[in-house]
Amino acid sequence: MNVQARQTPTAAASSKLAIADGDIHPTRKLASEFDPWLDKRWRDDVATFGARQRQPWQNAPAYPKAQPNASRRDAYPPEGGRQGSSLPFMQQQHLDPANVALGILNPLGTGQGLQNIDMSIALCHATNEWQQEYWTKPDRRLRASVVVPYEDPIASAKEIRRYADNADFVQVFMLSRTSEPLGSRKYWPIYEAAAEVGMPVGVHAFGYGGNPMTPGGYPSYYTEEMVGHSQAQQSGLASLVVEGVFARFPSLKMIMIEAGFAWAPSLTWRLDNAWRRLKQETPHLTRLPSEYIRDQVWWTTQPMEEPEPRTHLRDAINWIGWDRLIFATDYPHWDYDDPATSLPLKISEAEREAFFIGNARNVYRGV
Amino acid sequence: MTKSLAPGAIDCDIHPAVPDLAALLPYMDDPWREQVVVRGIDDLASIAYPANSPLTCRADWRPADKSVPASSLAQIRRDVLDPFGTSIAIANCLYGVQSLFSEDMAAAYATAVNRWMAKEWLDKEPRLRASIIVAAQGPELAVDEIERWAHDKRFVQVLLLVSGATPLGKRSLWPIYRAAEKHGLAIGIHAGSAYHNPPTSVGWPTYYTEDYVSQAQAFQSQLTSLICEGVFNKFPDLKVVLLESGFTWLPAHLWRLTKFWRGLRMEIPWVDRAPADIVRSNVRLSLQPVDGPPDRDSLLKVFDHMQSDELILFSTDYPHWQFDGTAAIPDGLPADLVRKMTHDNPRATYARLLETVA
Repeated sequence: MNVQARQTPTAAASSKLAIADGDIHPTRKLASEFDPWLDKRWRDDVATFGARQRQPWQNAPAYPKAQPNASRRDAYPPEGGRQGSSLPFMQQQHLDPANVALGILNPLGTGQGLQNIDMSIALCHATNEWQQEYWTKPDRRLRASVVVPYEDPIASAKEIRRYADNADFVQVFMLSRTSEPLGSRKYWPIYEAAAEVGMPVGVHAFGYGGNPMTPGGYPSYYTEEMVGHSQAQQSGLASLVVEGVFARFPSLKMIMIEAGFAWAPSLTWRLDNAWRRLKQETPHLTRLPSEYIRDQVWWTTQPMEEPEPRTHLRDAINWIGWDRLIFATDYPHWDYDDPATSLPLKISEAEREAFFIGNARNVYRGV
Repeated sequence: MTKSLAPGAIDCDIHPAVPDLAALLPYMDDPWREQVVVRGIDDLASIAYPANSPLTCRADWRPADKSVPASSLAQIRRDVLDPFGTSIAIANCLYGVQSLFSEDMAAAYATAVNRWMAKEWLDKEPRLRASIIVAAQGPELAVDEIERWAHDKRFVQVLLLVSGATPLGKRSLWPIYRAAEKHGLAIGIHAGSAYHNPPTSVGWPTYYTEDYVSQAQAFQSQLTSLICEGVFNKFPDLKVVLLESGFTWLPAHLWRLTKFWRGLRMEIPWVDRAPADIVRSNVRLSLQPVDGPPDRDSLLKVFDHMQSDELILFSTDYPHWQFDGTAAIPDGLPADLVRKMTHDNPRATYARLLETVA
């Protein structure tokens, strides 16, 4: 790759403390970048019929974004291509100045959750090989996610085990809008394989599971879709707990990505209260829901909630635990959280270290 | 532990129950009454509250004779009106009429429930007020139902389920809000789904526990919808009350909603105030279930995060099992906050409570 194009970090940047970034979105400059790892059948079918999702459009998201590709307008690479498609420019604009020592790649729009599951399996595998070839090999700060065709959990487990011994891959990657709640036994082979290879399962906002985006139907606005990622993840996390995924796989770690975190305390209290009343139906749970969550769940921070006054944010993090949050920027997307400004709280050095890099080192495999 | 409330307290959410469909027959017109018999329609109790679930009725509130909990006035007087000393309790009848797929049938059944409520409950117990049941899938018929009862000041609210066929902010439902605002009726949104959509945004869960927990996410989505669609801009005097919604989720939800409103308001420019401001002027939430943290200090922090002592309305959620004894109000809340919840806030929310009823 174009490593020689990498620019020298600025003097100011080099003085910053190293951080981890739990949510970076690389994209292809050209669709054909996947071709080396796709059979002719899938190259032809994608070209002929498209990668059809469970939403209306061939080449657009269900809700129009507020700006092109939902990305920063200053993130177009100077050599052309869409935002997030150039490693040299990502290095120059983000990795170097923010002093990212560990960046987790979470590719979107690759082929997860397609109507055609065989196509999904093929595209996810191509995505994984592409991450290694285009991103982790040329920049050792970056680590890849095993992108899985999660609506076929058996195929997903196979894909996870394929990278069991590949140190470039540090988490399993799902999207949160699944066709069934995340805890459904349908998905258990994914969790079993992830626990076996020691990777956390990251569940990122977005996806099209085919269910209306709220329990009251499809909303009208992109704003509602964005806010709604939090509700989808809350339902997903409640399902993981109640359906016994954490009880069944005690070494499994889950990371809830890009759907906020301040909702977690209230959800946890509600789960505990409801479970105390209703535990007859879930004898597989031997501990309070809050205990499973406290031990086995992490959250990435972007988009960080911004209460006024900011001390309320500290209350929320205190309830969740300073050891549970993984800093993330969401580069190159529009709602990027800048590490220099996004946690406007007075915090201790230990809290800062945990928040910006320590927790990431504890949760991702082998970093 | 027994906690007596100051005289005049108002309980904003209790659930008198339809014992069975036969009880509604006297209040149905033909052909609907005839169809109940001919088609063998026995019961419309919703899966939102399974009959024998511990949450559906607290053990010591279950009638010894195995009759349907909260289905007689004697039970309600004995269990909730007398022990709490409430001056007024608002009856929100939860019967599955909103889940009928036929708009006409749903509207006819809603009418029957309202007639039954007026005759069997309101006529007999002066401490009771009630919500008008409507089937929102047929907005024109729902407006007819509101107009049918609007003259009766004992009805103080129009009741919707939190999850129906379409998001509650959608324009197709605005005639309901217009009628409610015109008549000084609040819109009550109660936990429970019509089950015309999966009960979570990620599909049908396995366990009832998940269904119940997910009601809080449904309320979050609907609050988002009402605000983003501009319902409160169009109907600035409308009061919306979230019932059995939990409330500890509210601060974090508003933080997130406000953040995206700031970033994306070009999409919804009519939303000209911060979501938290809109909630403070137009939205209230019932107390039970508290969904609170285990410790008092954290609960006080949650109230602090709400940044208003006017949002919460006292409720027992009778006969649902949300607390034991008469400990409906969590320990350690400041006396002035309790006074607001039990007295001032309900009166400020339900304009009709200030009116004398015949």
